[in-house]
Amino acid sequence: MKPAEIASWISDAQKAFSAAKDLDSLKIARLAHTGDKAPISLASRGLGSLSPDEKASAGKLIGDAKAEIAKALATATEKLESERDSKVLLEEVVDITLPVQRTHRGGLHPISIIKNEISDFFIEQGYAVEEGPELESGWLNFDALNIPADHPARTMQDTFFIEPIESGVVLRTHTSPVQIRTMLTQEPPIYVICPGRTFRADELDATHSPVFHQVEGLVVDKGITMAHLKGTLDNFARHMFGPDVTTRLRPSFFPFTEPSAEVDVFFNGRWIEWGGCGMVNPKVLATCGIDTEVYTGFAFGMGLERTLMVRHGITDMHDIVEGDLRFTRQFGVGL
Amino acid sequence: MRAPLSWIKEFVDIPKNITPEQISDGLIRVGFEVEEIIKQGADLTGPLVFAKVLNIEEITEYKKPIRYVALDCGEKETRYVICGATNFKVGDIVVAALPGAVLPGDFSIGARETYGKTSNGMICSAKELGLGDDHSGIMTFQEGTVKVGSDAIEGLMINDVIFDVAVNPDRGYALSIRGMAREVAGSLGLTFTDPIENLRNLTFTETGKGVAAKIADASTASVFYLRTLSNFDPGATTPIWMRRRIEKMGMRSISLVVDVTNYVMLELGQPLHAFDKSKIKGGLTIKRAGKAQPFTTLDGQVRQLDPDDLMVWDDAQPLALAGTMGGASSEISETTTEIALEAVRFDPVCIAKNSRRHKLSSEASRRLERSVDPSLAQFASARFVQLLTENSSAQHVATVIDGEPKFSPIVKLDPSYVSRILGFEVSPSKIAEILRAIGCDVNEKTFEVDPPAWRSDLLTSADLTEEVARMIGYDKIPSVLPPRPKHASLTPTQKRRRAIASMLAGRGLAEVQTFPFTNQETIDFMGFVGDRAATYRIANPMSEEFPLMRVHLVPGLIEVAQRNISRGAKDFAIFEMGSIFRSSQKLVPFISPEISKRPNQKMIDEIFASVPPQAYHVAGLLVGKTENEDWQGKARSYTWQDAIAYAQDILQLCNLQWTVKRSEFAPWHPGRCAELIVDGKAVAHAGELHPKIIAKYGLPERSVAFAVGLSALPDTQLVRPSSVGTMPAALQDVALIVDSTVTAADVEKALRQGAGELLESITLFDRYDKLGDGKISLAFSLVFRAPDRTLTGAEITQLRESAVAQAVKATGAVLRTA
Repeated sequence: MKPAEIASWISDAQKAFSAAKDLDSLKIARLAHTGDKAPISLASRGLGSLSPDEKASAGKLIGDAKAEIAKALATATEKLESERDSKVLLEEVVDITLPVQRTHRGGLHPISIIKNEISDFFIEQGYAVEEGPELESGWLNFDALNIPADHPARTMQDTFFIEPIESGVVLRTHTSPVQIRTMLTQEPPIYVICPGRTFRADELDATHSPVFHQVEGLVVDKGITMAHLKGTLDNFARHMFGPDVTTRLRPSFFPFTEPSAEVDVFFNGRWIEWGGCGMVNPKVLATCGIDTEVYTGFAFGMGLERTLMVRHGITDMHDIVEGDLRFTRQFGVGL
Repeated sequence: MRAPLSWIKEFVDIPKNITPEQISDGLIRVGFEVEEIIKQGADLTGPLVFAKVLNIEEITEYKKPIRYVALDCGEKETRYVICGATNFKVGDIVVAALPGAVLPGDFSIGARETYGKTSNGMICSAKELGLGDDHSGIMTFQEGTVKVGSDAIEGLMINDVIFDVAVNPDRGYALSIRGMAREVAGSLGLTFTDPIENLRNLTFTETGKGVAAKIADASTASVFYLRTLSNFDPGATTPIWMRRRIEKMGMRSISLVVDVTNYVMLELGQPLHAFDKSKIKGGLTIKRAGKAQPFTTLDGQVRQLDPDDLMVWDDAQPLALAGTMGGASSEISETTTEIALEAVRFDPVCIAKNSRRHKLSSEASRRLERSVDPSLAQFASARFVQLLTENSSAQHVATVIDGEPKFSPIVKLDPSYVSRILGFEVSPSKIAEILRAIGCDVNEKTFEVDPPAWRSDLLTSADLTEEVARMIGYDKIPSVLPPRPKHASLTPTQKRRRAIASMLAGRGLAEVQTFPFTNQETIDFMGFVGDRAATYRIANPMSEEFPLMRVHLVPGLIEVAQRNISRGAKDFAIFEMGSIFRSSQKLVPFISPEISKRPNQKMIDEIFASVPPQAYHVAGLLVGKTENEDWQGKARSYTWQDAIAYAQDILQLCNLQWTVKRSEFAPWHPGRCAELIVDGKAVAHAGELHPKIIAKYGLPERSVAFAVGLSALPDTQLVRPSSVGTMPAALQDVALIVDSTVTAADVEKALRQGAGELLESITLFDRYDKLGDGKISLAFSLVFRAPDRTLTGAEITQLRESAVAQAVKATGAVLRTA
């Protein structure tokens, strides 16, 4: 048994393995080069007839050769298996552009979305979100806000009254009664916003709805000034309409604030009336038992529908109130 | 409120280089919203002349009346024009646009052939000239008021700028040229001349006895001026300048006497009323109607008086609805020669009530209910006498006065309060300067501020602070964020609502918001009864169709579903969150304590308790298929299980435990409605809608709905989790045969009881109802696990047998063998 002969067995096997095109031909090559009839196997079996000295040296040669051949086989097997697997994966290709979504598209109402967004914005600044009932006491909705029974201001808002009228219960015309409830039940410092549904006897048209939403803000603390009101509104406006928006306060009249102002925003090239605001009228603070020598406060209020319409360029209120899913779904969940 | 620049200029020295836009910006800055700047005459070019109608030839062969009119335009030749209006007669003076003229709307006038004639110009209406909306006919004038042939653009003072201004209800004084001029001057730093300065020393000779004037109750009016005039020639006409100013203010010229009352009201802000003196029996008294009685106002309407209505009476009967509208019986007529002119500072609340009770808002009531300068009763009535005697033969007879003007009290201002509110430093001298500019008397030592007569709204330091801020300009207020002293978060209730909405939205339901109104028919048809049907009625609903507050969310969802279906939608799921309004308590009479001080706690509690509880619900409606059908295959329809699962998922989201039982509950199918019970309280219902409701509203068959009363849910408790066992679990399946009337919930409950504490979970994995004989088979998987050891085979068998034994005992179940 010559070393050269053994080396040729190795190289024959290596050639045969690497020449195999697939796993089947590799199997044939494997049987030919490692099977019972393979020269290396025959040589291995013939070792027993050798002398102990020859046996030791030939045994080592043959053992090394077997390892070489096994290594070549493993390499070839791995390569061919990998080729086979790739081929299978290639055959399993599908059209992943096919439409697959089957579930209905859900979503939040855009008013909920904007309400959540405004709430989150103010919560981050330390404001709590207060809510109140929609059927409300006339005293909380009007009187406590310095709107007495025969004040012209009561003609500014056409109110839905609940029977019997003597109960004074109304569908709240603004979320301001929530401010009163808050001041009657909490001690300053008060930082709250009050989002909610409100009612006025306006016909439904492109810009009005008898049922609509407001968000109001109220701050009562030591040293609160109109400058704080302005800063808060500027900040709020930038959050709602973008960093470049500017605001303008115009003197106005509300019985529950003094001084009072309208707040306009300059958006898309024009001034838009956004809401009302002012310093809480000391009469209102006193009605709630807040010491006007110690505390001052500001309040503001905006329509959510109006904010939504301005911000998103919605031109018809009907789209907001009708519940047509084609409209609502466009907003998703507000992310 | 309109304000012509030409009239404003009478009281403010406005430099030529100040544009209308600058005036408008100034008004906006001080709190007067300019809604429109009307530039009258800007799009009008002449020749436009006054022409006398010489002859009218009626042309009758056309569908509408056509006139061929001969006009004297002050030219050598008579001019002929075609005119479609008929409200003029021979001898009237009209306005004629001659060829070459261009009217608003770029309408060029030329000679043209029409109706078989040559028309050499056009007779104009006020609207065609851009002077107003009156298109009822052409403008006519009486001979002598204007010069025939003269330029009508100049004669009608057409070229003018008119500001249309929104006036807030606290600024009644600005409903006058006097007030607007003061604001224009103040906003631009110009000099203002108060028109009443010329009237202050006006006196009239007494030539006879005047009509008596009396205020019966001082709380209804403070001062009453009654001026008697005689020798009035009823044929006297309104001078053109006065008529034009009245028209520019958006009112119509009526007759000289009425025009002068309106003119003075527009100029000064004090409404006046002129009576035909010959119709007055005795004197005039301001007092209430006293009893219900019919009264005819001068618009010809018969109104039923309320006993509380404030009236102006003579000795026999009410003659005018005070401050609101005069009566027909004493109206100025074409034969009136003697006049009694009333100027009263009425109590604003009395007039507001008059106006509201009769749904009658007049120019007079609008001003009086906003409070009028108490000194004006004297000056405005004097101005009336001045203007009427200057423009007619009328003579002053006598003036009778009752009462005296009451002015607002002095306000003690702490000047530091102004800076404390505004957030920037304003010096006391600046405050004094501004307050003086708006008409206050200011004692700079004590800062006692005496507001001007026309500012009855200035009662507190806050009111004065607004004036200071307004005149400095709100734009000068700095922009600063307040301190952020507190941490805040949503309340657990608010978090829960948001999480539920997000879950439903994330699972394919779209949120809707409906009007919370309903009607009795809907309540009845839905099958709501008893407490669930009782609700509150709106006294003045938007529509008689929906006068009640909703008692449930599902009807609103059905309405939205119908709308979507009518617009082509088929398969969808929607939900709403909101309050419902069951009248659980009788409303108590209005509790209305005084303001400006905190009511006592008992009263506050009573006010809170007077507002009925309004439960907050979430409800969903699922119609059609659960998924969109497409190339991937068909989809199944929503079933009662889906609705119940949503209701349970909501409770699970809130980490609550519940039990289920079948319930016959509107508006659901009586055999397919689940009631979910938490802590012994029914908090949710879900299942298939009642078939008759599905049919009536045209919903897809077997539409399903759920409703959860969120306000009824208990708070979520702090979670105290049990530790997780790591020993092997043992799985045991049991199949039981029971009567079909036995519920799965009962069988499961019995198995749980029998299995004991080592039972980790139980799942119903099969339900077979084709056994016949009213029997069904329920197959459960039970998972057992001990915390500390591997269960032996014998133990497991014993646990299973114990579970089955309890089910047999409690539900009559029989173990099903293969």
